[in-house]
Amino acid sequence: MMLIDPHAHMISRTTDDYQAMAAAGVVALIEPAFWVGQPRTYVGTYVDYLSSIVGWERFRAGQFGIRHYCTVGLNSKEANNEELAEGVMEWLPRFALKEGVVAIGEIGYDEQTPLEDKYFRLQLELAKELHLPVMVHTPHRDKKRGTSRSMDVCEEMGVDPSMVIIDHNNEETVAEALQRGYWAGFSIYPSTKMGNARMVELLKQYGGERIIVDSACDWGISDSLGVAKTAKLALESGIPQETVRKVCYQNALDAYGQSGQMKEEDWLNPPAIDQRTVYEGNSILRGGREPRIEAPGERRAGQLLIE
Amino acid sequence: MSDTPADLLRRWVLAQADDQAEWVSQSLETISKGGPEKDLHVFLGLAPRRLGKADLELSDADLKAADAAHPGWTPAGWSIDGAARVLALLNSAGNRAFSDRFKDLRRTADMAELIALYRGLPLYPDPETLGFEVGEGLRSNIKAVFEAIAHQNPYARDHFDEHRWNHMILKALFVDSQLSPIIGLEERANPELARILVDYAQERWAAGRPVTDELWISVRPFRNDPEIKPQLDQAIADGHLTEETLQ
Repeated sequence: MMLIDPHAHMISRTTDDYQAMAAAGVVALIEPAFWVGQPRTYVGTYVDYLSSIVGWERFRAGQFGIRHYCTVGLNSKEANNEELAEGVMEWLPRFALKEGVVAIGEIGYDEQTPLEDKYFRLQLELAKELHLPVMVHTPHRDKKRGTSRSMDVCEEMGVDPSMVIIDHNNEETVAEALQRGYWAGFSIYPSTKMGNARMVELLKQYGGERIIVDSACDWGISDSLGVAKTAKLALESGIPQETVRKVCYQNALDAYGQSGQMKEEDWLNPPAIDQRTVYEGNSILRGGREPRIEAPGERRAGQLLIE
Repeated sequence: MSDTPADLLRRWVLAQADDQAEWVSQSLETISKGGPEKDLHVFLGLAPRRLGKADLELSDADLKAADAAHPGWTPAGWSIDGAARVLALLNSAGNRAFSDRFKDLRRTADMAELIALYRGLPLYPDPETLGFEVGEGLRSNIKAVFEAIAHQNPYARDHFDEHRWNHMILKALFVDSQLSPIIGLEERANPELARILVDYAQERWAAGRPVTDELWISVRPFRNDPEIKPQLDQAIADGHLTEETLQ
């Protein structure tokens, strides 16, 4: 089964992760712009970060047969540094039209401060102007209210819910997100977000419409196989294959494909120029092997010789 | 008067632009008037969206015309969006020096843009002022970006000093890039490069790794240079190399 991981901070991950993801069937992923574990203090470092995720990281992924897309935005944590935020907002439009940019994101609230609110709204305006989808990061603290408020603001700003992915949902937030017409993302991230057994229960309850599974793997203790493991567990638990395909592939493609920057042909039938330069192709798509779920680094650990 | 590279690019892009030809023409005119740089940014961003990414369809006559317009220029393998981007740069007027504008574009470029920006190198004004920018591209870990400078691009032959030339050849070997598409490989051969390449070959043999035959193109003219002759003779004696390879 082809899989998409629509939320993965690969800039923090190793080549082992890419190998394991490709082997598990991941054909495409989306790298949202976020903070990198500690605050940036210069606009220039933020510019270089955005440049990395539209360029260098795309290339890295292509070497493993994975198509890499990204979202660009000023995240909620760093929105609280006004000097930095103003500088980033000046550069952001330059990056929003780069190849493979599928949304403005991840944006939204962290501590729900006035500055976070200000830059959230400004970026919703930008997304509207450029007809780009929006990836909303919902806060970890005061989550339920913060999630409702994020949706309130999207609507106040005139952004169509069908263009918005509310991410990091849980049992408490999903009903409202779906009921109000948004895409509902779930991050299978140990300890702090969703577990995949809980995710399977949610799929039993809600089915697969507008639900999107991602790993949100980053620099913290997280699992780049979050999507693959959820797909496997769901199938073993009797969730219909079509539902699994929707939540682990098709819905992400439909939601972010609204940008015009992400198409199935990108991995099934890439343009000649890409094949010569930036995308090595995917061995599973070339009719290779069955998807395998193995821990990142497993092959490396089992292999004594380094040549 | 014969065609300039910009004339040729314009003709090729418009021929393949279908219903976007009008948009291309109008945008180029706006950009050439020296308005805000944002006009150029928007065109560069929209180029692949509007025009797609198909390869430029070039005949042998087109390739000959390219070489006539700028000796060594080979647009084979260019895509339509890349060609349109270079065309826009050639048409752009601005208040700042070209190299400053180029730097700004390079800093914010995605992969396809980087490739296009560097493929256009031989065609830009004031080529000598782009030295730093070219260095940044050569240092890129994205092989296709490096190759946009190294392959089918006469800029290196025409403007690199010996040190930069030699290190480009070495990097090409190091990243498993082919040497034969490098323009000027024979003309720019030099004794220092031959010495470095022989050292490099020895390092590879010692590690049990293969050495590409392409490496010897830059060594052959110096086969009998006393600096490297003993090493080459030894390599032949050890069975790593044959005399024919060096002829």
